[in-house]
Amino acid sequence: MAERVVIDPITRIEGHLRIELETEAEKITNAWSETTQFRGIETIVQGRDPRDVWAFVGRICGVCTSVHSIASITAVENAIGANPPDQALRIREIMVGAQEIQDHVIHFYHLHALDFVDVTGCLEADPAKTVAFAKSIGSKWKGNTEERFAAVKATVQGIVDSGQLSVFTNGYWGHPDYRLPPEADLMAVAHYLDALEFQRSMIRIVTVFGGKNPHPNFVVGGMACSIDQNKSESINQVQLDDVQAWIAEAVDFVTNCYVPDALAIAGVYKDYFDIGAAQPDFLAVGLSGSAFHGNPNDARLISANPIKPGIVHLDGDKVTVEDFDPTKITEWASTAWYKYAGGDVGIPPAEGETDPVYSGPKLPYTAKPNDGLPWLADSPEYTWSKAPRYDGYAVQVGPVARVLLAYARGHARMKEIVDSAARTLGIRIGQLNSTAGRTLARAAECLLSAEILSTESFPAFVAALKAGDISTFDASKWDPSTWPKQASGYSFVEVARGNLSHWITIEDGKVARYQCVVPTTWLAGGRDKEGNIGPYEASLSGNKQHPLVDPTRPLEPLRTIHSFDPCMSCAVHVLDPSGQVLEVVSS
Amino acid sequence: MSYTLDGWQEPTLGENLARAGVERRDFIKYCSSLAALFAASPALLGSGTRASADDLDGDEVAETLAAVTKPNVVWLQLQECTGCVESALRSGGTTVEEVLLNLLSVNYNEAVMAAAGAAANDALDKTNEQPHVLVVNGSIPVKDGGIYCSMGGKSAETVLRESAKNATAILAVGACAVWGSVQGSNPNPTGAVGVDQIIKDKPVINVSGCPPIAEVITATIAYILTHGTTPKTDAQGRPLFAYDQRIHDSCPRRPHFDAGQYVRSFDDEGARSGWCLYEMGCKGPSTFSACPIIQWNMHTSWPVGAGHPCIGCTEKHFFDLYTPFYRALPNVTGLGIEATAEQVGWGLLGLTVAGVAAHAGATAIRHHAAKKAEDKEPLEAFGDPQPGDEPAAEPEPPDEVTAVEPPAEADAGEGEEV
Repeated sequence: MAERVVIDPITRIEGHLRIELETEAEKITNAWSETTQFRGIETIVQGRDPRDVWAFVGRICGVCTSVHSIASITAVENAIGANPPDQALRIREIMVGAQEIQDHVIHFYHLHALDFVDVTGCLEADPAKTVAFAKSIGSKWKGNTEERFAAVKATVQGIVDSGQLSVFTNGYWGHPDYRLPPEADLMAVAHYLDALEFQRSMIRIVTVFGGKNPHPNFVVGGMACSIDQNKSESINQVQLDDVQAWIAEAVDFVTNCYVPDALAIAGVYKDYFDIGAAQPDFLAVGLSGSAFHGNPNDARLISANPIKPGIVHLDGDKVTVEDFDPTKITEWASTAWYKYAGGDVGIPPAEGETDPVYSGPKLPYTAKPNDGLPWLADSPEYTWSKAPRYDGYAVQVGPVARVLLAYARGHARMKEIVDSAARTLGIRIGQLNSTAGRTLARAAECLLSAEILSTESFPAFVAALKAGDISTFDASKWDPSTWPKQASGYSFVEVARGNLSHWITIEDGKVARYQCVVPTTWLAGGRDKEGNIGPYEASLSGNKQHPLVDPTRPLEPLRTIHSFDPCMSCAVHVLDPSGQVLEVVSS
Repeated sequence: MSYTLDGWQEPTLGENLARAGVERRDFIKYCSSLAALFAASPALLGSGTRASADDLDGDEVAETLAAVTKPNVVWLQLQECTGCVESALRSGGTTVEEVLLNLLSVNYNEAVMAAAGAAANDALDKTNEQPHVLVVNGSIPVKDGGIYCSMGGKSAETVLRESAKNATAILAVGACAVWGSVQGSNPNPTGAVGVDQIIKDKPVINVSGCPPIAEVITATIAYILTHGTTPKTDAQGRPLFAYDQRIHDSCPRRPHFDAGQYVRSFDDEGARSGWCLYEMGCKGPSTFSACPIIQWNMHTSWPVGAGHPCIGCTEKHFFDLYTPFYRALPNVTGLGIEATAEQVGWGLLGLTVAGVAAHAGATAIRHHAAKKAEDKEPLEAFGDPQPGDEPAAEPEPPDEVTAVEPPAEADAGEGEEV
């Protein structure tokens, strides 16, 4: 007899996610991914000035901050024919690169690590032995000193002694499946604190160009920040020196702290390379940070390191790639709280429609066993997240998709990083489709991103500056009177959590229609019309072998869900409630 | 308006810091930055027992802070984007993670807490039973029975009401919690409202901004711990120490406004020279925030400093009232005469000398000192609002903007006894 388990809220994610599970004999047999927040931002931007929209949709998410704004200005530029100068595109690439590195680091240490690290384990650790442990895993991080580890241990001891555990309250401390030695726990907690300090400095790169973070400012047609080496009020050598230093810090932190930590944890929890597999199909249009005006197959790109878009198929360890076609994307609302005028069909984003119609139970619903309250998955519709499909099937997006695509396309450095990690851990390429695989792929990608930022993106920006290229704005299309009466456009951007596209139609200078197809929607969406489950659901119940030993302490499914880096505020979006058909975009 | 926090537990912050190995000089350095922040606000003078905020130096703040014990905190995230927690994570100062781990016991916050599901809900329920500080990010969608945002199977409104019941201080942090922000904008499909639309029997401190500056979030909490009272606020509930200044009045580009030197297009010669962004739609003249003073991300830059007009994100309904963002505000007067900025132009350059002298290069502290010394005259001369005046924050909506519907009044009784 299946036992029902609810995890609500899933914490250490962005936004509101609820997971309902059925388990038998300590294995998960069925899973429902349920998004419980809706805001309707795409509706709100209708009728507004398209040049303002970046500020609205930027607020879709404050964790992956910047990326929706960049996708928005890119889509608007695609629609109105604005042509941002090369230096503006390079600045955006530097900003997305910095954001992605900061985001991956925050995810690993502050959202994911406590799935593997027992904070109270620190109390048993010997600071001197912790230095030796760090050395043994190849961590060359400057914070690995006995004094530092002793101070962190004292901090944890102080928190425990005070009886007020703060954010560690009610954690699953002492769970039998916490497997790290105490020294590894102490090192990880020290790096958790170091990572907080690091991300604060890393994100300043975005602030130099965007003025603030979270939610920096952008402009359709380029960037608002001017660059002029001979002006004190422009971005000049003073800021460039800072940015250079912060990028160097990023390379240092990712290389010497994050990657060794990720490898060490993956090594101890190696069985998680065989747990949490989702669909063996992966969508990516390039390396992290690639941004495209329109179709990624032929859009102009300044990116330092493009790879050809593609759909990767894994068959065991056999990797094949199919070319990407943006017209093959559809979204289903079969199990979501929306109604399509044409019934239960998959609709391409360019023709999308949505009318929110809630059909779930009245609040409150169940949060613990036997409370007599309703269970969401008893209804055929159970989530605010739609279910995107590529060519009819569910795909994974995100770091693992990009890593596999780069690997399959023969990107030399990515291949080197992945092969080296695989050798160290003794895993095969096919095992990247797993809980540990997604987490490892994120670290591998972060390393490549830091290297590219340091050796390609930023140097390209500086070299162009040296050659006298200081233009950051195309004013030719700023005035709406220069726009066609009707214009459509779209953008694809590879952001921290995966593939993001924004789609816009402009009529008479106003937004007629707007929509976003977002990484977490690809991943967190529920079942489609045929009952095919989404990637979150597949990762938990796909092979009926996912462990859940103690339903009151659901550490194992948290590991798997966190490996996707959920961003629920991004996942839920609503299209034009009027259900108008958008002109099919081609470019 | 102010009340004492009770229910805190031993040991003191000072003991915790010492045990945690935080050096006293680092702590004092951090406290000095807080003292400077508080001192930037003349409005503080009227609150508490102090005769003058100038007396409040780093040592004193350190002494006061070290003596307090850890308040339990419930930090809710309702209908929002997590940008406010992200902002708080970026707070500078000295070893803030040590300070915050020891300063507060944040027993419930979905973004960072270790526990999930039932264990998280249990932590929330237990903390709610005791006196605690309540921090709220996010709005409350009241439409259709609250179905647009739920956690632990409960509506955002229910969760908020349960957490507010025993709260000794309530901070609404961020534009969503203050008024609904982006999802509360026209046509507000989910009926999103701010915390003070739901909780009416207790004062709510509105730390506004999208998001608020990191240091303003942490300083508001530190203020309560230092003073034992909530900070003095403006008519909209915003702490005066961070929201008593119009951006326009503390903007380093103000001399260019007075001189009629405007950016006419992004990246033009004026933009490269750091001229005034008024004509590009800057909402600084109608926006109260310490952005130019504190700046962002450890004083790295701020929106106007990086060449983009202020979009007014600390003001209510800015997504409706201040859009289109790139249209100049109507009728902003300068120089104390009945002239719009456009009319001032170059012709009146000669008259601006005094204005430039009064504004140029003023840092937060110097600016404050100058105002005191000159008995408000520079501001009065410009015909601008005085500190402490009712902020004339919301301009007449420009013609083409869709009228803003006021946030729906929530039924105060609904859901109270859940």
